[in-house]
Amino acid sequence: METFDLLKQLTEAPGPTGKEEGAAAVIEPLWRPLVDEIVADRVGSLVGIKRGAGPMERPRPSILLAAHLDELGLMVSRIVEHGGYGFLRVTGLGGVDRRHLFGQTAVVHGVKPLTGVLGGLPYSYLPEQERDKAFSYETLVLDVGLPVEQVRELVSIGDFISFRQPLRKLGNGRVAGKALDNRSSVAAVTICLEYLQGRRHMWDVIAVATSQEETTYLGAYTSAYAQRPDAAVVIDVTHAKGPGSSESELAELGGGPVLGIGANVHPGLFKALRDAAEALEMKVGIEPHAAGSGTDAYAIQVAREGIPTGLIGIPLRYMHTMVETIDMADVERVGRLLAEMIARLDDHFMDGIREDMMRPHKPVGNGAEQNATKDGNA
Amino acid sequence: MNDLLKQLTEAIGVSGAEKEVRLLIRDLIADYVDEWSVDAMGNLVAIRRGTGQYDMRVLIDAHMDEVGLLITDIDSGGMLKFTNVGGFDDRALLGKVVQVGPDKITGVIGARAIHLLKSSEYSKVVKMDAMRIDIGAKSKEAASAKVKVGDYAAFVTEYEELDSDRTAIGKAFDNRAGCAALIELLRGERYPFDLVAAFTVQEEVGLRGARIAAFNARADAALVLECTPAYDLPNEKDVSPNVAMGKGVSVYIMDSRTIQDPRFVAHIMATGDAQGIPYQVRQPGGGGTNTGMIQRAGAGIPAATLAVPGRYAHTPTMMISLDDYHNIVRLADATLRTLTPDILRRA
Repeated sequence: METFDLLKQLTEAPGPTGKEEGAAAVIEPLWRPLVDEIVADRVGSLVGIKRGAGPMERPRPSILLAAHLDELGLMVSRIVEHGGYGFLRVTGLGGVDRRHLFGQTAVVHGVKPLTGVLGGLPYSYLPEQERDKAFSYETLVLDVGLPVEQVRELVSIGDFISFRQPLRKLGNGRVAGKALDNRSSVAAVTICLEYLQGRRHMWDVIAVATSQEETTYLGAYTSAYAQRPDAAVVIDVTHAKGPGSSESELAELGGGPVLGIGANVHPGLFKALRDAAEALEMKVGIEPHAAGSGTDAYAIQVAREGIPTGLIGIPLRYMHTMVETIDMADVERVGRLLAEMIARLDDHFMDGIREDMMRPHKPVGNGAEQNATKDGNA
Repeated sequence: MNDLLKQLTEAIGVSGAEKEVRLLIRDLIADYVDEWSVDAMGNLVAIRRGTGQYDMRVLIDAHMDEVGLLITDIDSGGMLKFTNVGGFDDRALLGKVVQVGPDKITGVIGARAIHLLKSSEYSKVVKMDAMRIDIGAKSKEAASAKVKVGDYAAFVTEYEELDSDRTAIGKAFDNRAGCAALIELLRGERYPFDLVAAFTVQEEVGLRGARIAAFNARADAALVLECTPAYDLPNEKDVSPNVAMGKGVSVYIMDSRTIQDPRFVAHIMATGDAQGIPYQVRQPGGGGTNTGMIQRAGAGIPAATLAVPGRYAHTPTMMISLDDYHNIVRLADATLRTLTPDILRRA
């Protein structure tokens, strides 16, 4: 499938944090032909397992690929009657950027889906203390255009609300839409699974579309526990340079996969990803995380006995808005990089990264400038 | 699905660049009018002759322009700087998709991600001059191949009818709702007098087009069809709504630009009462329509204004009641069919 069509299907599906079944319903048929087994877990994640070619007599090692399927959303907090109409007051699900809400449309998932407009009063009608601020949840309404009696029949406090935005093409293979955080990573995992149809890999691959990353990493904690993988790679989006964000530490849109490094990332997984990129002659960026990475890696790293975890970022502009923007080439590159890394995993990989932890004065890759001094332990 | 509203609201016509919507309206009315022409500013003016009963010309105005953006510069990274065309709340711009220039290049307006903000910036309004339109170009040269300084940008919002079937959302109901109503009047039976239908330009930047349209029309009376902002939303300090969506056609008595012709207004309300067409008097006060220009054209023209109440005016997504829309067509039609020179004659 063309990457645009894949992303379009994935991003347009509704999957606000905590109510991801709309997104899972789109992912399931995409993954089913690519994996040997597919299961929905009990807290909203979707798990697809593709068996490796390793011997059956002992448990095959497995690698878990985590890409969260939830997206930001809103939730109904109150129904307010005014002039006979029922207006909905809302609150955020996940780190919603309220500055972007005014003038958007959204769908309330009540008794049946209802489309509404996120509106508010003009400047001069707002209370004075609200005038020079972005709209707050006290001043915004979700207006479904219905009389209050009907609204009360169809909508309840606590109903989930998803944003709407068709995926659109910009120039240079770039696309803009909602939920590219993190369906673009789900797309990359799908592309990886497609590559693996034609490539021999020894390890089992456990692809997980994790739930509730935007709030608690719930799906990452539980799927890492349930699947008990030997290693994991988390795929999520990372900030790309754009208007208002020109810091040198940010990634370039279209600049290729960004490999996470730091306390939240196992050096062995970082190195495996970097080596795979070198084998593909693929340019990668490096993003240091001083503490948590703000991704599912934070949960998976400490699941069970601890799971060596790597992190790949897809550069994205305008994160947590309805115009998130990515370069489709980056998604394709991440898919290819994952497949290459997985195909290179062998029986000795886990022992190798364990030994590396105890090898004195041989820091495993610390930046692009050290790529030349390989330590020979591929 | 109301095809007329769909076609009209999805067409682009930012003030000063109304060509697309002008051509669309021309195609929609050409078979129903006796003549049409385009004047020096781009107003589309059509004549529908009357039955000959009264020697009278009535101007019906509906502005066809909409608020939008104007590209003012292309920066070194290929991002587009812009300014507003027509009144805008800066807060309505973030997170929106726009179409730029005659080739409708898709662009988005983003901002520094919330993760990278200080908490004191979470509710700070981003000013328009700090925003950029991102069309995916990687350099100034690449962007310049697709977009020019001076190109206009409009929002991308598809027309939709909501669950109730009585409510529609879309962009530019201000004033494509008025344009649609005027087109419906032109498609009806002939009136007892000549109708001059003016689809005017540049209302949003100072009622500019209506001024010359009114001068050229040499009309005996004028009726302006509009979409007026409805502020009937819940608020901490409850303000009595100026008009309310779904509660009938908004009849103007006074706004910041005009006191409407009392005879004409009385005739409109009497017509509504007699024929059971729901209307509401718009709370006298602020705002202004083309009536302000038309009334003072030439030696003066008795004028009145009818409007569809529309929530969220001057944002990418407005909302109207389709009942209000049908009623403005009915009330305008009934008002005109019973209008006589005597009604407007001053004592």
